[in-house]
Amino acid sequence: MSKFKYLIDGIVKNNPTFVLVLGMCPTLATTTSAINGMGMGLATMAVLLCSNIVISLLAPAIPNKVRIPCYIVVIAAFVTVVQLVMQAFTPGLYETLGIFIPLIVVNCIVLGRAEAFANKHGIIDSALDGIGTGIGFTIALTCIGLVREVLGNLSAFDHKFSSSDGMLVFVLAPGAFIVLGYLMVIFNKLKAHKK
Amino acid sequence: MAIKSSLLNMVLVLTLVCLGASAAVAVVYAVTKDPISAAEVAKKNNAIKEVVPEFDNNPYEEALDIIADLNAPEKTNKVYPAKKGGQIVGYAVESTTTKGFGGPFTIMVGFTPDGAVYNTSVISHSETPGLGAKITDSKSGFITQWNGKNLTDGSLNISVKKDGGDIDAITASTISSRAFCDAMQIAANVFNNISTEK
Repeated sequence: MSKFKYLIDGIVKNNPTFVLVLGMCPTLATTTSAINGMGMGLATMAVLLCSNIVISLLAPAIPNKVRIPCYIVVIAAFVTVVQLVMQAFTPGLYETLGIFIPLIVVNCIVLGRAEAFANKHGIIDSALDGIGTGIGFTIALTCIGLVREVLGNLSAFDHKFSSSDGMLVFVLAPGAFIVLGYLMVIFNKLKAHKK
Repeated sequence: MAIKSSLLNMVLVLTLVCLGASAAVAVVYAVTKDPISAAEVAKKNNAIKEVVPEFDNNPYEEALDIIADLNAPEKTNKVYPAKKGGQIVGYAVESTTTKGFGGPFTIMVGFTPDGAVYNTSVISHSETPGLGAKITDSKSGFITQWNGKNLTDGSLNISVKKDGGDIDAITASTISSRAFCDAMQIAANVFNNISTEK
């Protein structure tokens, strides 16, 4: 049960987007459609999972004063790996996400989980935490992307259900802030209600 | 739990971590190198197929480097000749404009041998989703209005109507439409230079 808690924590109690409000740059910029949001979420999850595992393994051997550079090197290596793999096998998605794939390196969620969790916990717990946080991030980005796509483009997951134009503002930058704000309110309301 | 932060330890650990990380990246790079270039070629080939009539050669292999502007001979554009039974049926011209709203974009323009546009296709762009990104909608009026028009004999003023030209711009995307015209103009210049080179 306690192991299961690590997984759920990242999705609900410590949801990186709606509760911790971390990693806002990719959240706002890449969620123009549900597919883009999901792709960004999954890419971040892959990096989180791998970096959490490796850092939990390396942590005992890393001197305290150089731990941040070591974590960043590990994270940067995994981001490059994810970037190359996406470029090779999902070139379309790689092109839409563009600069935001390499920028996963500076996503504070990844370093945050390494510093706050992975270096103090075992490999299994760290992996679960990475998956949980990754799922939380992916769900949040997919929701934002879906709402923006439905309102702004009248389509869902690239399937258009009306040929007319939507409310364009939701696809543009201001829409990202509006949708994020309302979803954050709804999420926290529901979370408080549950208690 | 962590080992002591002595100078030797720090240098040693950081070096080892960097070596390990770069080795991992090198391995993945070697593995993904071929699929990445294959994906790139496939994308170009799809774009070529879309913009020229049916062909049976391999235009990608036979690509020519053609100068767009004779005053700037160091800049060349790729031209992919499409042949059927040894006869040229069209040219696919790759053209990049720097005037896009969200940065440069690259299009593939297909010409029939007499200089009329057969079809166009956007290879890469970073225009605003929902506005300028409409240039990628191959069925839209903006894209189809080019088809069949001759850009090379001077009969068409390649600029949007707002600037006194003959092209209908996309509503609310005048900058993207202008940039598209610019890319078409470059492609037309390149096409003219193919003819002069022969």
